[in-house]
Amino acid sequence: MKHVYGWLLLTPAAILLIAFTHYPAAATLLDSFFSTGTVVRPSRFVGVGNYAALADDPIFWQVLRNNAWFALGTIPTAIAIALVMALWVNDRLPARALVRMAYFTPTILPMIAVANIWLFFYTPQIGLIDQFRALFGAASHNWLGDPTTVLGATMVMVVWKEAGFFMIFYLAALQSMPPELEEAAKVEGASRWYYFRRVTFPLLMPTTLFVLVNATINSFKLVDHLFILTKGGPDNASSLLLYYIYQVAFSFFETAYAATLTVVLLAMLAVLALLQFLLIERRVHYR
Amino acid sequence: MRILGARVPVLETAAAWLLAALWLSPLAYAFWAAFHPPEFATHFDLLTPLTLQNFAKAWTYAPFPRHLLNTIILVTMILAAQFVLCTLAGYAFARFDFAGRDIAFGLVLVQLMVMPEVLIVENYRSMARLGLVDTILGIGLPYMASAFGIFLLRQTFKTVPRELDDAARVEGCSFIGVLWRVYVPLARPTYLAYGLVSVSYHWNNFLWPLVITNSVETRPLTVGLAIFGAPESGVDWAVISAGTLMAVSPLLVAFLLFQRQFIQSFMQAGIK
Repeated sequence: MKHVYGWLLLTPAAILLIAFTHYPAAATLLDSFFSTGTVVRPSRFVGVGNYAALADDPIFWQVLRNNAWFALGTIPTAIAIALVMALWVNDRLPARALVRMAYFTPTILPMIAVANIWLFFYTPQIGLIDQFRALFGAASHNWLGDPTTVLGATMVMVVWKEAGFFMIFYLAALQSMPPELEEAAKVEGASRWYYFRRVTFPLLMPTTLFVLVNATINSFKLVDHLFILTKGGPDNASSLLLYYIYQVAFSFFETAYAATLTVVLLAMLAVLALLQFLLIERRVHYR
Repeated sequence: MRILGARVPVLETAAAWLLAALWLSPLAYAFWAAFHPPEFATHFDLLTPLTLQNFAKAWTYAPFPRHLLNTIILVTMILAAQFVLCTLAGYAFARFDFAGRDIAFGLVLVQLMVMPEVLIVENYRSMARLGLVDTILGIGLPYMASAFGIFLLRQTFKTVPRELDDAARVEGCSFIGVLWRVYVPLARPTYLAYGLVSVSYHWNNFLWPLVITNSVETRPLTVGLAIFGAPESGVDWAVISAGTLMAVSPLLVAFLLFQRQFIQSFMQAGIK
């Protein structure tokens, strides 16, 4: 009877999960071996043809590189800032609740709204950043129009948006730390920095790993800002893989090629999932 | 709340405040621009007259009430469905030792990595086949069976003592009755935490709603805002700021009112 009840309870969720996660993932893989069908030319099997096209597509390699830089540029910075934030608001700080709120607010705002505001910061000449620089006599700069600065400009905004979210995980970990540790350190006369370096930071290692993997997974899905700030430009300098998939599928209508790109994205997410699984295994040994 | 830790040194306190001010400044700036005439958008003078003109303009330029209504319908629909589906599935995983349970649970967790927004191409095709393109149901459907929710509720249900379960059964409760009378009330904090995370996620979600909608009647706030704020629309900064603030204000006000609850919810959802 327990078998029947168990499956009965699971069925509604299972149907939706299969329909919108497992089935489309499998269909994506299948589609990547076929050509895009049109009215005059129906879809046909092309083997690894789409993958060959992918290997020759300079934009694909560029968005992949951008994704790597984007992850390298945003994740360590956001995590470091998040850790400092968490340490501050976890200790006795005047106006603590207010400060914590300030750090966390960007997290609950939609990326679209945030990008609308930041777009104005980056606007050449009349934008806030250029006006500030003009006070020191610096020349105007088109932050989002210059391929060398555009990715960096989007990364600064993303760090601002994400740091408060990562802070939450550190805060949760800090609050579960036994207060005796800090008392013992005080008795021993350990400095604040020494205590952080030798006690707090090592104890937070599992949290750091957890945040690291989740932030990396998340970095593949962060594309909303591109719709407002740059549309992936100039010359794909700020484009990311998921945004490119969107363009290929819904602007160029190359659905088979979009499926091929999605397979690459899924493969990368699978590797990360495996990594996370192994890390969680290690976390268990930690305790 | 735990006992407070060490006092933060003065220099660090100043740095913490500075960072807080920096973190709030984009939002503060949006407020400034929205409440002042456009020509003062970058001219900071405290004596500048305040105005509500920008809000009035934004209100007429874009159908904000309709977008707001769509978003409210969307998040409510998703949350209600998630509560029902995830409760049933979480209960199955927590308390029923059925054949293939571990494999099924593994398959559910796949969705933690492969969120619906990654599969936009294929899911769009499915929605087209179901005739759900450009409907609010179409936006919400892929998110209703949430692996995160199932996982969270499973963890919570597992902490319910078996004795309570047995006692309720002795009293004559059916297994659905036990779920409703014992498990659900005990998991109330988890529902609250999950609810806040879910609502703020779907209030802010953009890519999938953009793909699947193409009319004012279905577009949620984020999509409406993106169209409204596009440089091609030729609307000035002050009006865009006003529109942006209108779009975020319901969630922002809720966050400010229930700040502690929000942060604790995200914390609780994060460590599970």
